[in-house]
Amino acid sequence: MLTTQIVLAAEEPSPVLPHTSEVILGLVAFGVLLFVLWKFAVPRFEKLYEERASQIEGGIEKAEKAQAEAQQALEQYNQQLAEARTEAAKIRDDARLESEQIREEIRAEAQAEAARIVAQGESQLQAQKAQIIAELRSEMGRQSVELAGRIVGESLEDEERRNRTVERFLAELDSAGAGK
Amino acid sequence: MGTLVLAEGFVPPGAGDFNLPPIFGAVTKPMLLVVMSVVIIAAFFVITSRNMKVVPGKTQFVAESIYSFTRNTIAREHIGSKDFQRFVPLIFTLFTFIFVNNIYGIIPLIQFPTMSHIGFPLALSILVVYPVYHYVGMRRHGIGGYLKNQLFPAGVPGPIYLLLTPIEFFSKFVMNPITLAIRVFAAMFAGHLIILVFTLAGEWLLVEASAALKPVAAVSFAFAIAMTFLEALIMTIQAYVFALLAASYIGMALAEDH
Repeated sequence: MLTTQIVLAAEEPSPVLPHTSEVILGLVAFGVLLFVLWKFAVPRFEKLYEERASQIEGGIEKAEKAQAEAQQALEQYNQQLAEARTEAAKIRDDARLESEQIREEIRAEAQAEAARIVAQGESQLQAQKAQIIAELRSEMGRQSVELAGRIVGESLEDEERRNRTVERFLAELDSAGAGK
Repeated sequence: MGTLVLAEGFVPPGAGDFNLPPIFGAVTKPMLLVVMSVVIIAAFFVITSRNMKVVPGKTQFVAESIYSFTRNTIAREHIGSKDFQRFVPLIFTLFTFIFVNNIYGIIPLIQFPTMSHIGFPLALSILVVYPVYHYVGMRRHGIGGYLKNQLFPAGVPGPIYLLLTPIEFFSKFVMNPITLAIRVFAAMFAGHLIILVFTLAGEWLLVEASAALKPVAAVSFAFAIAMTFLEALIMTIQAYVFALLAASYIGMALAEDH
């Protein structure tokens, strides 16, 4: 074994001189490998990279979308809350206004009623007074005439004369009342 | 000469150790390993990428890390985020292909970095990377524009071009592909040789040296192991550097001016 190696060493050309067969084989082997990797391995790796990139991008996009939606929901909620608040305030104001109005109305009605009652009473009073005055007047006239007739003895039968006498008497009475 | 050395005792390994006898017919070990590497890499990535999930499992995570390393760290950084996409398969294949063929060197039983045979890296650099970057550069800028871009960098005072243009031509059209191949070849060749030296020396010390020298074998084996770890690092770095330089050549060819 050792001797064959040494013999070979003596015979073989320098190691920096290429064997043609090795150059050809190296080229062909490399070519085959290049072809296989180019056709089968590289596209798969590239596809994987793309998939991964798109998945990451998709994930980010989804997260952004979700965030935007959440933001939107929050805004909507806030808006609704604000609306509800103004609504509540409006209702409260309205209620207050209404109650005020009702109170005012009731008061006005009561006053009107009171005024009406007072007026009615007054007119009744006036009527009664007038009636009493009229009754008194006629009664007094009749009694005066009777009294006078009894005193004078003279029958004041004459209607016209009697009326005149009563009239005169009442007028004196009136003027006396007014003079007082 | 061989017999002379043999008579003296320890025979240090040399370039001859890299020329393994054919396994069958004209097929040698590195040839088999290269074919195996194609099967291994293709199977690994085709299988792991068949049913990928957005949240990766363990295996998918490994495959994805390798892919995104070549895609983002190497291709995008050095070609530019505008054009890198269509070069990703190339850079990805370069890195994995060279990495597996390098790492063979420390896999038990295989223990042979394919890239220590210069034919393989040369095929990749001269027949793949070199034509690709010149082609895309010419496609982008036209032949004249591309040559002007590459050989007459802007912002240099006139007479300097006398000096600069030949250098630029020599480096971009002659040296780049060769250095690209030699870098990985030499690292693998030297690394494998170092491991061989320590291992064979340890073996020789243990088996054939005088009793007083036998314990030194342990030191030799320890170095072999330490070198194996170092090699693991270098193998990865060389694969990275190859892919990185390929990407940066493409990036420079595409750039408006640099």
